[in-house]
Amino acid sequence: MLRCEKLQLRYDDFSLAAELGFAAGRITALIGPSGAGKSTFLAAIAGFLVPAKGRVIWAAQDISALSPAERPISILFQDNNLFPHLTITQNVGLGLRSGLRLTADQRAQVAAVLDSVGLAGMGARKPAALSGGQQSRAALARVLLADRPLVLLDEPFAALGPRLKDEMLDLVQQRLADQGRTVIMVTHDPADAKRIADAVAVVADGTVAAPVATRALFENPPPALARYLGK
Amino acid sequence: MAHRAITISPRWPGVLAGTLVLVLTLGTLAAVALRAEFATGLGVADWAAIRFTLTQAFLSALISVVLAIPVARALARRRFRGRQALITLLGAPFLLPVIVAIVGLIAVFGRNGILNNGLVWAGLEPVSIYGFHGVILAHVFFNLPLAVRFILQGWLAIPAERFRLAASLNAPIGKILEIPMLRAVVPSTFLVIFLICLTSFAVALTLGGGPKSTTVELAIYQALRFDFDLGRAAMLACIQFGLCAVAAVIAWQVTGTDAMGAGFDRTVARWDMRRPVLDYLVITLAALFLVIPLGMVVLRGLPGLSQLPSSVWAAALRSICVAVGSAMLCCTMAVSLGLWGGRVVAVIGVLPLAASGLVVGTGAFLIVYPFTSPSDVALLVTLLVNATLALPFVLRAIAPAIAAVQADFGPLGASVGLTGWGWLRIVVLPRIRRPLGFGAGLCAALSMGDLGVITLFAGQSEETLPLAMYRLMGAYRMEAAAGAAVVLLGLSLLIFWICDYWGRRC
Amino acid sequence: MQKPIYLPVVAGLALCATSAWAETPVLQVLTYDSFVSDWGPGPAIETAFEAECACDLQFVGNGDGAALLARLQLEGPRTEFDVVLGLDTNLTAAARETGLFAPHGVTAELDLPIAWDDAEFLPFDWGYFAFVGNADAPSASSLRDLADSDLKIVIQDPRSSTPGLGLLLWVKTAYPDEAADLWAALADNIVTVTPGWSEAYGMFLDGEADAVLSYTTSPAYHLIAEEDASKVAWGFDEGHYMQVEVAGKVASTDQPELADQFLAFMVGEGFQSIIPTTNWMYPAVTPADGLPDGFETLMTPTVSLLKSPEEAAAIRAEALEEWRTALSQ
Repeated sequence: MLRCEKLQLRYDDFSLAAELGFAAGRITALIGPSGAGKSTFLAAIAGFLVPAKGRVIWAAQDISALSPAERPISILFQDNNLFPHLTITQNVGLGLRSGLRLTADQRAQVAAVLDSVGLAGMGARKPAALSGGQQSRAALARVLLADRPLVLLDEPFAALGPRLKDEMLDLVQQRLADQGRTVIMVTHDPADAKRIADAVAVVADGTVAAPVATRALFENPPPALARYLGK
Repeated sequence: MAHRAITISPRWPGVLAGTLVLVLTLGTLAAVALRAEFATGLGVADWAAIRFTLTQAFLSALISVVLAIPVARALARRRFRGRQALITLLGAPFLLPVIVAIVGLIAVFGRNGILNNGLVWAGLEPVSIYGFHGVILAHVFFNLPLAVRFILQGWLAIPAERFRLAASLNAPIGKILEIPMLRAVVPSTFLVIFLICLTSFAVALTLGGGPKSTTVELAIYQALRFDFDLGRAAMLACIQFGLCAVAAVIAWQVTGTDAMGAGFDRTVARWDMRRPVLDYLVITLAALFLVIPLGMVVLRGLPGLSQLPSSVWAAALRSICVAVGSAMLCCTMAVSLGLWGGRVVAVIGVLPLAASGLVVGTGAFLIVYPFTSPSDVALLVTLLVNATLALPFVLRAIAPAIAAVQADFGPLGASVGLTGWGWLRIVVLPRIRRPLGFGAGLCAALSMGDLGVITLFAGQSEETLPLAMYRLMGAYRMEAAAGAAVVLLGLSLLIFWICDYWGRRC
Repeated sequence: MQKPIYLPVVAGLALCATSAWAETPVLQVLTYDSFVSDWGPGPAIETAFEAECACDLQFVGNGDGAALLARLQLEGPRTEFDVVLGLDTNLTAAARETGLFAPHGVTAELDLPIAWDDAEFLPFDWGYFAFVGNADAPSASSLRDLADSDLKIVIQDPRSSTPGLGLLLWVKTAYPDEAADLWAALADNIVTVTPGWSEAYGMFLDGEADAVLSYTTSPAYHLIAEEDASKVAWGFDEGHYMQVEVAGKVASTDQPELADQFLAFMVGEGFQSIIPTTNWMYPAVTPADGLPDGFETLMTPTVSLLKSPEEAAAIRAEALEEWRTALSQ
């Protein structure tokens, strides 16, 4: 379980408070209006921002002081999830070790994970030679290989078409959540949340609300969510 | 809330590089000042020199930048056979030793030059290159290539995706893409050229026509060489630093921020390609202006090639070694400082431009002398000084690229645990390969042609190619010297081309 | 010439020098760049002196005459140099003032057009400043005539070059009270002012001017080395200012005897016979065989002008200011 204890993020006149926990092995969606701080909150969990106050705790261990790479976390950003000058194999291989030289065994692992996300035989290509959907799959392959228990998704599939996006979301569910990983995903689309999220936390009005089971939340949305959904 | 200082790269290499720069600029100045007895204030002649220095530097920089914009734009938009070779060749004047370039300019614009012979043949009045306009002409000749390269880099740095976006929106490309880019690139380009011209010495003197074209640097030379007045030299050098500081602050005030973001390295066709004739006309004019004087240097020097003594080849080899060493050191320093980033680095990056070459040389001499014989360390000191003096140009090319890599891929690098050497080797160096190659070539070529600090240190066995050329001239061997100039020109261009080509080959 | 006999001796000495490297005394001579170049007097003089001194003579070239003094002042009394060779009389006052030089103690019969009496500085060659032009072209007969003519000249900056300073003193000596006027009249004749001799001479050869400030001996180079008689020095009625190039012994030398030996050698045949066709100046002592063929064709000034070092130092600032003001109009 990931816990945020009295977490406070402050930036100029923006501030966000979070006091909540995320259930292990589940997918939790963060939903809320633009500028509410969804990505900022994710960045703080990942270790890119230093919170003004509070702690981030994973499996009873305080990880607040750890650097991003030291945290048990994989993250996918909105863009720049692949190094353009490296091949797909090299990019995915970075999930195994922070270097480019892979053993034969590691190369086999990369090939297998590429196969599992539908990119068999594309390892030698550069990202620019792949379609948008394929690039997302490659990034996801790296997350799979990195084998960290907590996965943060900052709308990495936002640029994809609806069918491709749904494919990717299903892949996240099958390959990450169903294998026991904890997923926190930012989304602005309630359909995404309804499709795969077990619970939803609303980010609005300077706070991150505690997650509520997805169906229950959308059947009876709190005022902030109702405003966002336009109801 | 603070962004976490993600310790992707350690800071000590940058600190080390910065220290070296400080020692060789402010440290050498201090070394000179410490030996000085301060007596004199500024005379009328000094004020006249300061006025002249500022005026010519301002106009030289302004004209160079204004002319460079259409040339860079034309080069950015057109693809034609030999374009890359042309870009390399257009860079040549900046790489030349002053004395060689002046010979080329005089062969075209001088009293007995192509232009005036043409005018007289056509029954027109000849024009004189000598005077204020001659100084400006020569400075534009030297610095237009630099301005074109910097601004061209700005254009090429706009991701092709942005042009596609702008085209799809039918938006005015100039307004939404090019003007913001120019706002970010032009002030610093202007500053660099302004500072180069601020410390100009031989150009202003040779083409200026007389003492009214006296620069501060000449006054420093006089103080050091003829009056041995170290105090005066130190004071004038401080004034040069002061002028530099003011110029730098003004330039930073008007510099826009460049927020183009990353593209995906795709070559995407452009949609704003009307009026090709005008573009080609601009390119042709610039090429003629820059290439004809070079051609004259080659033409005049070819007969002298057969007269070159063997010592010239030894000197050439020595120059190549110094150039390669300088380039490697300079790039290491630039990358270290670039990874460090921030305002301090920006200051350190322009400091060498404001330094008087003579004061740096004299100060280095005073620092070195108590410990060892100056000629023993002549090549080493030359290497260090050349690397430092070229640093502003190399840093100018590399730092924005590093900053872009950090901004675009820093989070990804941090999340996959790439730090220190791995981050540098796997991500930064491949991503900045193009500006790195350009920077290395620039430093190597500048170092090849440099005739600054070596003259103060070198004995016979430390002779570099420019010094050998100068000594040939001093011994009446003008033809052989012209031949040596061709060798120098050829080697400078070759070494630049090799580095630049390495950067572009992906 | 008895070269065949000497050669084995030289070779033998060279061998000894290599085998007994540590014991060979080293004489370090600071001089200007062109002196040590392959075509300058340096290499031949090194061979000649080492043949008789059992020492290692090392020339260190450093810029021009003014740069030598600056270099010595930078190094101060701790300098390694034993002899400085290549200052001229416009610099000796300042050089003397540094207190870094010792008396040379050499008495020699010098063939200078003027009397020489200087305890610290000993001449090794001399020449006259002159404007050098093309033989078949219009010329001027005096500074005044030049100023009144349409002829174009290239000169060197007195603030950065020794010939430039020479012209400054030439004008001031010929026209003590009207120097400013003369410079004003010369202003329209001056194409440009270069930092050093090389740039100016190169521009003249490229046809940028009718004449260049150089030496009366410059045509000898073209005549002897290039068999080209097309360059002539213009003789001026006011007379020609001289440049006397001197050497001095550094007071702090650790090789005083060797330095004395070198200075004595310097005014001897072995040194002096090398000077005319390598340094392209008049030797301070005319060699036994006389001057090389071709030197007799050179223009010889009727009047020799030269300020004493002290006078030259005293009037320099004023002359420089007159020059600057007149040419800045």
